[in-house]
Amino acid sequence: MRSPAMSSDVTSMNVDELQAALADGATSVDVTRAYLDRIAAADGELGAYLHVDPETALARAAEIDAAGTRGTGLTGIPVALKDVVVTEGVPTTSGSKILEGWKPPYDATVAARLKAAGTVLLGKTNMDEFAMGSSTENSAYRVTRNPWDPERIPGGSSGGSSAAVAGGLAPWAIGTDTGGSIRQPAAVTGLVGHKPTYGSVSRYGLIAFSSSLDQAGPMARTVLDAALLHEAIGGHDPLDSTSIRAPLPVLAEAARRGAEGSLTGLRVGVVRELGGEGHTDGYEDGVLASFREAVARLEAMGAEIREISCPAFDLALAAYYLIAPSEASSNLARFDGVRYGLRVGDDGTRDLDEVMALTREQGFGPEVKRRIILGTYALSSGYYEAYYGQAQKVRTLISRDFSAAFEGVDVLVSPTTPTVAFPIGARVDDPIAMYAADLCTLPASLAGLPAISVPSGLSEGLPVGFQIMAPALADDRCYRVAAALEAALTDERGDRGFLDQLASRAGNPQGSAA
Amino acid sequence: MSTLSRKGQLSRDEVAHLAHLARLAVTDEELDLFAGQLAAVLDAVAQVGKAAVEDVTPTTHAVPMTNVMREDVVRPSLPRDVVLAGAPAAEDGRFRVPRILQEEA
Repeated sequence: MRSPAMSSDVTSMNVDELQAALADGATSVDVTRAYLDRIAAADGELGAYLHVDPETALARAAEIDAAGTRGTGLTGIPVALKDVVVTEGVPTTSGSKILEGWKPPYDATVAARLKAAGTVLLGKTNMDEFAMGSSTENSAYRVTRNPWDPERIPGGSSGGSSAAVAGGLAPWAIGTDTGGSIRQPAAVTGLVGHKPTYGSVSRYGLIAFSSSLDQAGPMARTVLDAALLHEAIGGHDPLDSTSIRAPLPVLAEAARRGAEGSLTGLRVGVVRELGGEGHTDGYEDGVLASFREAVARLEAMGAEIREISCPAFDLALAAYYLIAPSEASSNLARFDGVRYGLRVGDDGTRDLDEVMALTREQGFGPEVKRRIILGTYALSSGYYEAYYGQAQKVRTLISRDFSAAFEGVDVLVSPTTPTVAFPIGARVDDPIAMYAADLCTLPASLAGLPAISVPSGLSEGLPVGFQIMAPALADDRCYRVAAALEAALTDERGDRGFLDQLASRAGNPQGSAA
Repeated sequence: MSTLSRKGQLSRDEVAHLAHLARLAVTDEELDLFAGQLAAVLDAVAQVGKAAVEDVTPTTHAVPMTNVMREDVVRPSLPRDVVLAGAPAAEDGRFRVPRILQEEA
């Protein structure tokens, strides 16, 4: 019998199917080549990657095939990494011109763990510069398009990762989430994206944006795939002093159990402030309709539904856009043109300060500059208490609202984003409109809690995401509930997963795959 | 910072001053653009002032941790040549930087 991985549709397989194919005799070289061919054919238009090195990827795949370990665990499975993850000897830019051409001298823990697990690195994915944005339009390098509609954004800041996975240019990918940068791009491209509990995945080797918020996590075609990838990267790391010394909950098993379909006894809180009564401004009707249907499905599977009010969530956006720029203004001080990256104006006539200012002027894009200036302002003496200090207190209030809610329910749910993918260019000159894309994802970020986005359906032909938030270290609840919803919807459609709807469309990149 | 005006306002000159503090040599066009945009952003983030925060302690970090220790084990550093290979300018095994003092050498 012909191995499934030898057939033409390798790039539309879920990772558990790829694992089975590899165990069944397909080679990692076959699988890797299938993705590299897709990248060569489609990425010129899609713009998902910043760096791809086919020769190195194939050599690595051949090494794994020769070792005879493929088909065990993640061995032989390709993966894409957001370009914020440093990779030894592999160009890493964080989407910025200031790091153009830089080859890091070490691997991030996330990259090292995936390497050790036997995965094959396909390439580095495009992103908003330093992860600041919700559309990937702030990349210094290229536009990334949404595989569902090339005139629309793929979300951000992990938009290269979302476009790559949705378009069949990677079986799964790593993203990072500071205020929603895994969940929002996953939502608008029909993927599953999970932001882990803060501190449960190492930040060592992630180019820092906002250190008290940044977390890396999985972006995948299915809930089970996301759980498998999360298990490979998570857990304590002595190289990250904020890493939690606690075992990772069992996630793939939670996903499998959830897919069995019973949610009897599960208490679900619907957050009023995130699209509920009196809080629907800016939310599309189609998104709210899909959300309500998903809640009804959870109820049909046995969950108890109640509405929960979290009043401090109304201030999450304001608090976030003080805290994140403040931390960023400090973190980005390291880009001084001395130790790595760009240096401008060093002609012997200028002193260090001038060279630094010219380097940063040419090396940073407009959104990064705006946030550095805003953060510098919020941290300045005389304003610190009114802005940064006050935002940190709001952060406490948001955590208190979560704690009170979790006394009565097991998980909280909301739409992931107020709208479906918006057109490229629509919000680029209006920072406030761009920031609104993060409205629903910010509370869990500020409280450091785990949250997942899983597709709940389509609105006007575009994917809608459903967000499930859980208490700290209870990431398994996110996976369980997401898998239950995913299984119910998959059964109803009678396909293998949400992205099959994209593949079956005429004229789209994945549908026309060779 | 005495050169800044009252809260919630951000003039073109103030943006220029902040940019200088952050070592950003912004252009005139950027100053015009950013002053307007940042005024709008500042207006939005000033909403935090609405919260009743009496007796509320600030959260600096979602996971409270203090004095995180690890074993004091000597590990090799990154090789000097590998690190310097990524620098914009190096000389004699060191980072080469522009002059840091104003006076002529």
